Formats: sequence, C-alpha cells, structure tokens
Amino acid sequence: MSRTVRRQRVPIALLVPAGLGLTFLVLPLAGLLLRAPWTTLPRRLTEPGVLTALRLSLETATVATLLCVVLGVPLAWLLARVEFPGRRLVRALVTVPLVLPPVVGGVALLLVFGRRGLIGSWLDETFGVTLPFTTAGVVLAEAFVAMPFLVIAVEGALRGADPRYEEAAATLGAGRFTTFTRVTLPLVAPGVAAGAVLCWARALGEFGATITFAGNYPGRTQTMPLAVYLALETDLQAAIVLSLILLTVSVVILAALRDRWVGST
Amino acid sequence: MTALLDAHLVAERDGFTLDVRLRIAAGEVVALLGPNGAGKTTALRVLAGLHPLAAGHLTLDGADLDRPDRRVWTPPERRPVGVVFQDYLLFPHLSALDNVAFGPRRRGADKRAARARAKEWLDRVGLGDQARRRPRQLSGGQAQRVALARALAVDPALLLLDEPLAALDARTRLDTRAELQRHLGAHPGATLLVTHDPLDALVLADRLVIVEHGRVVQEGDAATVTARPRTDYVARLVGLNLHRGRADGHAVTVGELTLTTADTVHGEAFVAYPPAAVALHPSRPEGSPRNVWAATVTGVQRHGDNLRVQLTGPVEVAADVTPAAAAHLGLIPGRPVWAAVKAAETRAYPA
Repeated sequence: MSRTVRRQRVPIALLVPAGLGLTFLVLPLAGLLLRAPWTTLPRRLTEPGVLTALRLSLETATVATLLCVVLGVPLAWLLARVEFPGRRLVRALVTVPLVLPPVVGGVALLLVFGRRGLIGSWLDETFGVTLPFTTAGVVLAEAFVAMPFLVIAVEGALRGADPRYEEAAATLGAGRFTTFTRVTLPLVAPGVAAGAVLCWARALGEFGATITFAGNYPGRTQTMPLAVYLALETDLQAAIVLSLILLTVSVVILAALRDRWVGST
Repeated sequence: MTALLDAHLVAERDGFTLDVRLRIAAGEVVALLGPNGAGKTTALRVLAGLHPLAAGHLTLDGADLDRPDRRVWTPPERRPVGVVFQDYLLFPHLSALDNVAFGPRRRGADKRAARARAKEWLDRVGLGDQARRRPRQLSGGQAQRVALARALAVDPALLLLDEPLAALDARTRLDTRAELQRHLGAHPGATLLVTHDPLDALVLADRLVIVEHGRVVQEGDAATVTARPRTDYVARLVGLNLHRGRADGHAVTVGELTLTTADTVHGEAFVAYPPAAVALHPSRPEGSPRNVWAATVTGVQRHGDNLRVQLTGPVEVAADVTPAAAAHLGLIPGRPVWAAVKAAETRAYPA
C-alpha cells in the first residue's frame, strides 16, 4: 500500500472536543500508573488482605457469571425465538438492572432476599439459609447487575444466527431442546463467550449492590472494589495498588475481546 | 399405482393463498415448477411441517401428518420427510460426516451406528474421503451432495428438494444434475423437486406439476407439457408461441386473426408453434403460407446462433431469424413486417 489516501480535513470544532474527550478518558488511568508505588509493589501485592480480596472477587465473579449463563442463555433464547404476549415488556424488564443505580438494586435485593424479605424470610425459616451479608449474597448481587449484559449479548447473537439451521435440524428429527443444544448453541457460542466475558467484567467491578446487600466483611464479602474504597480512607497507596490490579484485569479482558468488539473497523 | 403422498395443501403466507393438490407414488419424482412467488417454497415448507396447513390434508404413507379439520398435526421432527434446502444449510460447526450422522442419531441410532451409516452415505455420493471436512471447506457441488446424503440418511418416505442446483455454477450444475438423477432414481420413497428451472424439472422428474399464483395450472409428463403448454408461463419455459382462441375444425380464431392448423379441434382451443416456425417478410408474401399477418417489431435479442424477434400485432409472437435475414429485413423496434406460419408447423389442442 504505497499510495496514501488523500488526507481528509477534520473540522476543528470536532477535533478539539474529540481530543479533550480522549484525554479525559485516558488521563485518570495514566495518573494511576504515575502515582503507583512501583518500588513497594511486590510486597504490597502479596499482603494477605489484597490476595484474599482478589481471590474472593475472582471466585464470586466467576460463580455469578456461571449463574448468569445458566439462567441468562435460556432467557435470551426465549426472547429471540419464542413469540409470546408481553415479550417487549419482558425485554425491557431484563435491561432494567443496566440503568438502575446498583445501590437501588442492592436495596431491592434486601427487600426480597433479606432476612425479613419476601423470599428471604421463607428461605430462613424453611432451610435456614441467609443470603444477605454472605459470600452467596455477593454472588447474587453481582449476578443481578451483570445478567443483562449476558442476555443482551446472547440475544443479539441468536437474532444474528440463521433460524433456518434450526428448521433443518427439525427436519432431521431434532426436537426443540436437542436443536438448541446441538445446533443453536454451537452456532452462537462466540456470542455466548463474549457475553460471558462482559458479564464477568461487570461482576468483577460491582460495588453498589454488593456493599448494600452483602456488606463489607473482609474475607467474606469484601471484594476488590470494596477493598479499594475502604483503603482509600486509610492508605492511599494500597488503594492505588488494588486499583492497578483491577485495571490490569480490565485491560486483559479488553485485549481478549479485541477482535470481536473493538477491532471491527 | 397408489399414492405414497396424498395431499391437498391449503396455506396462507404473506397474504397469499396456496391451494394445490399433490399425489406422488413411491419411487416417483415430481417436479413442482413455477415462477418466483408462485408458492412452491410454501408448498415445500408445509410438507416438511415448517408451516401449518390452513385447510386440506397431508397424508404420507397412510398416516395423516397435517389435517386441520381433525386437529391432527405432526411436528417436523416426527415426520418421515427429508429436505435438501436451497443453500443446503449444512451445520457449519459439524464435519461432513457428523452432518450426515445428525439425522440417524436423532432418530435413535447410537453414535457409532449413526456414523457408520453416514460414512456409507458419503461413500454413496462419492465423498467418502471428505468425511472430516467442515462445510466451508467443501465446494458447492460437494456441499450439495452432502446435503443430499444428509436428507437421505434418515430413509425418508418423502424427499423434498428446494432448488437443489440453483446455487451451483453452470459447469458443476451439469455434473451434479446427472448425479442427482441417479440418486433420485434409486430413492424408493416419493420425491418432490421444487424448481423454477425447466431443464432441472425435465431431466430429473417423471412428472411435472406447474403452479402459478398458488394454483396448479398444468400437470403431466415432460412430453405432454412441452408439446401442449396451457399457460403463457409454460409456453415461455418450453419455448413455444401460444394463443388461446375458438376452434372450428382446422381454423382457430384468436382475436381478429384466424390461424389454420393441421389438427382438428372444436371449441375453446390452444394453438402452439415454435418461434423458428415464424417467417418474417418485408412485404406480404405470395404463395403457400396461409397464416399471414402484419406485425411490428418490438425487440430483438440474441438467441443461440439466431436472433429472437418480439412482434406485436393481432397476437404477441416471438420469431427466430438468422442474423443474415435480420440484416436484410433491417429489424429494429418499430419496423413493420409480415409474419407467416405454415399450418403444418402449428399444433392445436382443446383448452
């Protein structure tokens, strides 16, 4: 490619805000890197509190993602493939957690799954199961806010997949469930994977619903974002280190998804 | 011969009504031929169970598969029907072998038996060495044969093919058509081939059923349909000029024109003759031809080695002339000419 395309003039009225916008997005991350205590980093990373919070975060985000996949993929299938009255309403309801402030989500979860909540009291009396302020509660809070990402991604993939493959499967003797597992799911596997990664990233960063519903107990419900918030009040350096870890994880995810979501020029 | 498939298909789709009766015997290949939008694909979908009947019935091998008035409906996965789709729809995530094994596996064979059966079918269509390939690694002709093997591997009582050769280039189509003919000949069940290509229909089918606007307009073996078209669409397909008029012995009156034919007919009748039988003259010809009329050229196209001239006048007619004759006549649109057809080259039959 020796010939370069004729340079197109970019209006200054667009260039300036665009540049400012980019700076605004990148500068805080640069600040994080500049202020990082690089010399003491290895020691700080191995502090027990940090590792505990990191492990809890990774575990709860993973379990929450699994929960979202198990419940969200069938939900996405229902929205994409079955016509039923009120489908638009259901689709709108699914996306509510996307726009709902997470703290409100946490309060709502407390009202339902809290010890005196609608389902919580029944769970407590019948099974002796308490969800709020437990690790399971963290998973529940994360799944609540992250599930829409998975459902939307998978529904999009399902709508993009040619439904005639499913008809072909039917003519070969496959019932609807077999068709789903043998044909539909393999066809939309990349979409499910992308949705699961987005979902996992959202769960990993979840703060508001978690602190409201599950509290902030180190080793039990204190995930990385909560640890960052707590550290910020006492030890700025520790907050920076924890933030760096979360930043690294985010960048790795972005790189993994590059081909699918970002690099589509 | 008793019919393996006995159907009266009535279905609504996109504000369009299909109403077609079909009977196909075991081992018989029937082509459903018609222009785009005639309802061919709807008929195929209804037979496969991908679209419900609004009325009528669908009986295959003595069993009612779809009968709205008795509330009988069998879902596609429980019908003994195999389908070769127009663009094949081979599962992209499965190998050729697993694509073919998919049907037997769903119908109860265990994994090994299903694969053995699939291998057998791939061998039969000459693709035994391509078993491990994914569909995107196959050529168009190979994919078509895998699709055929996949549909046949479940021993369907009814095999449906939707434009099976339409996606292939001309060269591959020739080979694949010959191959397909062999496999359809060996299929013991009923076969319905949906196509808009008259050549596919004439080569592959024992009988043609022609549909237009959701209705059967003509039905019969290839010889009858090509010799005696009954609609303009069929006449165009088989390359004949066709007029409808009133016959009285050897004379058929079409509008203001009276054509003399060799055949004897009375009442409503069709007259058909090939474009090559139409001779064009710059002035009214003297002598033998008795069917002569004044016409105007509306268009000229290449047609093989000759030119096909479209004429308007008392009747719309196509005439084939040699390039030399065309140059001599100066055939350009708007040119007045005299058209002549010998009675011996026309065929008349009751409408």
